[in-house]
Amino acid sequence: MRWLWPAAVLLLAALPLFPSLFGSYAVTLFTLIFFYGFLGQAWNIVGGFAGQLSAGHAAFLGIGAYTAALLSVEKGITPWVGMFVGGALAAALGTLIGFLGFRFGLRGFYFVLLTVAFAEICRIIASNTDTIGGAVGYYITFTGDPRQFQFQDARAYYYVALALMLAATGVVAWLARRRFGVYLIAIREDESASEALGVDTFRYKLLAMMLSSFLTGVGGAFYAFYLFSLQPGSVFGIPLSVEIIMRAIVGGAGTVLGPILGSFILSPLAELARLYFAQSGWHGAHLVAYGLLLIAVVLFLPEGAYPRLARLFRRRAPQTP
Amino acid sequence: MNLLETRGLSKHFGGVHAVAGLDLTLAEGEVVGLIGPNGAGKTTAFNLLSGFLAPDAGEIRFRGRSLLGLKPHTICRLGLARTFQIVRPFPRLSVVGALGRHPAAARARELARAVVERVGLGAKAAQPAAGLTLAERKRLELARALATEPALLLLDEVMAGLNPTEIATLVALIGDIHRGGVSILLIEHNMRAVMALSHRIVVLNFGEQVAEGPPDAIANHPRVIEAYLGEEYVHTAPSR
Repeated sequence: MRWLWPAAVLLLAALPLFPSLFGSYAVTLFTLIFFYGFLGQAWNIVGGFAGQLSAGHAAFLGIGAYTAALLSVEKGITPWVGMFVGGALAAALGTLIGFLGFRFGLRGFYFVLLTVAFAEICRIIASNTDTIGGAVGYYITFTGDPRQFQFQDARAYYYVALALMLAATGVVAWLARRRFGVYLIAIREDESASEALGVDTFRYKLLAMMLSSFLTGVGGAFYAFYLFSLQPGSVFGIPLSVEIIMRAIVGGAGTVLGPILGSFILSPLAELARLYFAQSGWHGAHLVAYGLLLIAVVLFLPEGAYPRLARLFRRRAPQTP
Repeated sequence: MNLLETRGLSKHFGGVHAVAGLDLTLAEGEVVGLIGPNGAGKTTAFNLLSGFLAPDAGEIRFRGRSLLGLKPHTICRLGLARTFQIVRPFPRLSVVGALGRHPAAARARELARAVVERVGLGAKAAQPAAGLTLAERKRLELARALATEPALLLLDEVMAGLNPTEIATLVALIGDIHRGGVSILLIEHNMRAVMALSHRIVVLNFGEQVAEGPPDAIANHPRVIEAYLGEEYVHTAPSR
């Protein structure tokens, strides 16, 4: 811990300088690392800290993405505002899902199913609503206007993604030290005991869900204006939810730096796998690689990479009496 | 005024009347032992009092206020804390309870540390809770409940699984806590502990109260011996 934090801070401090040092592919790769790190961090609040396994976070991303895109294209409202509208709508859905799930005491697997069901409903609705492009998807015409969140220079996306990741990590680091964070961990560890200790478990789970879905919705705006096309199957799809969860689980769910580390491990892996497998015609093979990796993580690093790394550093650091 | 009072408290699961018309009172500063054979309804009664179960009928009043319809966390904030038989200890456990009274994390941590110290786990405070012995875990469970600063503490079989030495020290600790101004209702199978601690003992069988009185009277009560104590008591508790 003692060494890891300064090392992480140093690395983070150096990140803004990277684009001027590396080529455009590296910039793209880092943008993806930051963006998925951000999404993993948002999920981490409800999934990692509160221990409520949402497998439908794509729903929040999709709502944020469609909202920001539609507001920008149809109404001319800048995505810099639209991202918060999208976040708010995503939080509204998150609140509804949370209310249903927590009010009726859905735990573990049942909560997973509930969240997946809502994401699938969103996907089906989006696929069948022609005004937002239906199954074909919704396309944004590139204008290159920064006021509409469109940038000629890929480095702008790099910085926005970095800012998102740092902001979400800041939020998580802050709440982890406060009552909110302590309560969420307590709920994850033993819900009945927390309730007996005066924790309003329903309220705190719901707050965690709201915050997490809001952030994910904000991320949706970035997704829309980074890719310029939204397909219901990909923005609301289960694979995207899995991508988000994997960042946190591989890196260490319920730790402040875990999802970031997870993204640094997985995003390049996914990108390379996609590149090489797709070139040789093995579409979707990266998902197989993911599956194998997940099995490995569950077997060998059940707490994720971050706690293991932290222990490694702690062991090397001089022992304090 | 009674700190805790129940009237006709009832709960059934299907055809089983786990608690049937229980009238229980506990005065401020009192220690009451709740005993009875397995399945007599003791733990169900605790779950009703702490809000984990809703009664089918009856009334619960704590400090003159009805607890019906309140969630466990609200009941805890009102000053009624409970322990669990089976606990999964996790880090910063006692901090959680303290946070209910003291939202500032630093102050809560301080209080949690003090409470951990008080139950004699000060040296173990920095250790992961998973590495504690059973006796230490019971103390931690006690610390966790105490951190909520309760007026009434419900102790659910805190002596179970402990050896006589550990029981003796835990009895002393609970006595200390009581002298510190906390009223106590305890479920206990260990007769020596319950006799030593309680001012008054209530005996349950099949969800109903079969006897009530001071420890000495209970020990010799024919219905109690018939329902619960039997030969076991003769062996475990020498005459006092």
